[in-house]
Amino acid sequence: MVQSSATETGAHAGGVGGRPKLQVQGVHINFGGVKALQGVSLDLLDREILAIIGPNGAGKTTLINSVSGVYHPSPGRIVLDGENITYHSPARIAALGVARTFQNVALFKGMTVLENLLVGRHLHMRSGALASGLYWQLAQREEIRHRAVVERLIDFLEITHIRNALAGTLPYGLQKRVELGRALAMEPRVLLLDEPMAGMNMEEKEDMARFILDVNDEWGFPTILIEHDMGVVMDISNRVVVLDHGEKIAEGSPGHVRGDPLVISAYLGEEAAA
Amino acid sequence: MSGDLLFGVELAVSGLLVGVMYSLVALGFVLIFKSSGIFNFAQGAMTLFAALALVGFLPRLGMGVSILAVLAVMVALAFAVERVVLRPLVARPPLALFMATIGLGFFLEGLAQAIWGTQPKGLDIGIPDTPYVVGGLLLSRLDLAGAAAAGVLVLGLIVFFQKTTLGLGLRAVSDDHEAALSVGIPLGRAWAVTWAIAGVVAVVAGVLWGSRLGVQFSLSLVALKALPVLIIGGIESIPGAILAGLIVGAAERLAGGFIDPLVGGGVKDFSPYLLAMIFLIFRPYGLFGREIIERV
Repeated sequence: MVQSSATETGAHAGGVGGRPKLQVQGVHINFGGVKALQGVSLDLLDREILAIIGPNGAGKTTLINSVSGVYHPSPGRIVLDGENITYHSPARIAALGVARTFQNVALFKGMTVLENLLVGRHLHMRSGALASGLYWQLAQREEIRHRAVVERLIDFLEITHIRNALAGTLPYGLQKRVELGRALAMEPRVLLLDEPMAGMNMEEKEDMARFILDVNDEWGFPTILIEHDMGVVMDISNRVVVLDHGEKIAEGSPGHVRGDPLVISAYLGEEAAA
Repeated sequence: MSGDLLFGVELAVSGLLVGVMYSLVALGFVLIFKSSGIFNFAQGAMTLFAALALVGFLPRLGMGVSILAVLAVMVALAFAVERVVLRPLVARPPLALFMATIGLGFFLEGLAQAIWGTQPKGLDIGIPDTPYVVGGLLLSRLDLAGAAAAGVLVLGLIVFFQKTTLGLGLRAVSDDHEAALSVGIPLGRAWAVTWAIAGVVAVVAGVLWGSRLGVQFSLSLVALKALPVLIIGGIESIPGAILAGLIVGAAERLAGGFIDPLVGGGVKDFSPYLLAMIFLIFRPYGLFGREIIERV
């Protein structure tokens, strides 16, 4: 089977396709002598969920970090909606609408769940929170609109009961959900989820998978989903890219990737693939 | 009321009033530490700089305009510090930044004295240093006015951080840098705004302390009084700074009134540090500081 094309879609998505929202082109990242990524390319299409899987150390998180501006590829290019963002700072890339979550959860632990999501609205508050603060009184009506967006998300993610709890006091699974909520509050153009189900039990994983699917149905944010566990992503992704030792070794529909001998050997060792 | 009790209450009240002003100085440290993890050694120098600038502007501009001018100078200074000192040191160890603030402190002290001279100057803010008598208690007008001004500023800062979007963004930066970047808040600008606020705090502290002690080099040493306040309150906590300032102020006055006469003096001056040492032994993260538990 050939590698997947833009028209190949999963079972549940409607309207995946069109011009790529995000293009990763020949990205290399080196840490000293360690080649973390070696010429990885991929396209993320509108409304699709693209899973990136691979064994530990394959370069999955490095790829997300190079998209969100933590690392700058050399050589290589990151293109968002036709705009080259390769050398932008993380804050600028976020401001352009690339939202992300972190493998180890980076919440504002001393702030409430509601406040965490409101900070996610920061970019939409006039010219940004740092400029608009002094016009607070004048911005009351806008404030109400942001509240409404945030309240809807709180409802959607079923975290109403903890809306006023300090984020740092919540159990891990809920922190991950709040972090997803903060990313969604940004109304992102591209959503990057770094192992949203890591460290969860089966029930929590199923909940998170359901939320990711529901979010895709409701808003259709093009999403890159990193996952270590191959089983989890098979049901919820339109396409899968497999990384191993910093290289893309397979790309295609979940069914196609699952049967690929290279993928099997990366996960299970050479002998299993033979 | 017996004489001793009345004396004690009077000491405690005047101590609390001075304590509000200690809180104010400590607050400048807390703001910068929370947002950028830097212990800003230059906070005292900023206070001196603000006071000297004010005294320098006064003869030509009058009180109102002078204060506005000093505020503008301190805000400009904050943005310059972010650009010249902080930005080149991003992602360096905290110690490098701390050292940079030591350098900044000496630079500001030198610059201020080069421009406005080294002579001690009085700063008259138009409040006579004669006491009010309230229910048999003698209360200094200067203390009352200082406490009121500091109190208003502290309340204003609390409202600002809790109720405005700008405050929300700054709290986000102080809570988690990585997360703040991920929602698109540029750290550099947030730091500049925080330093500007610390500059405003320095202006108010400079005016209040300058009017009590005179505007002179030793004004920058008022910042040393903030150290025990920070240790007792916890360097990351705004409520901690406020409460600890009150504790330090009251303890200092009570020690001065009751213990000094018995031992021949001196206890007043070191009592805040003694308290701080007790806290370091039994509660090293302070009253409200974040308890850091690390796996070893």
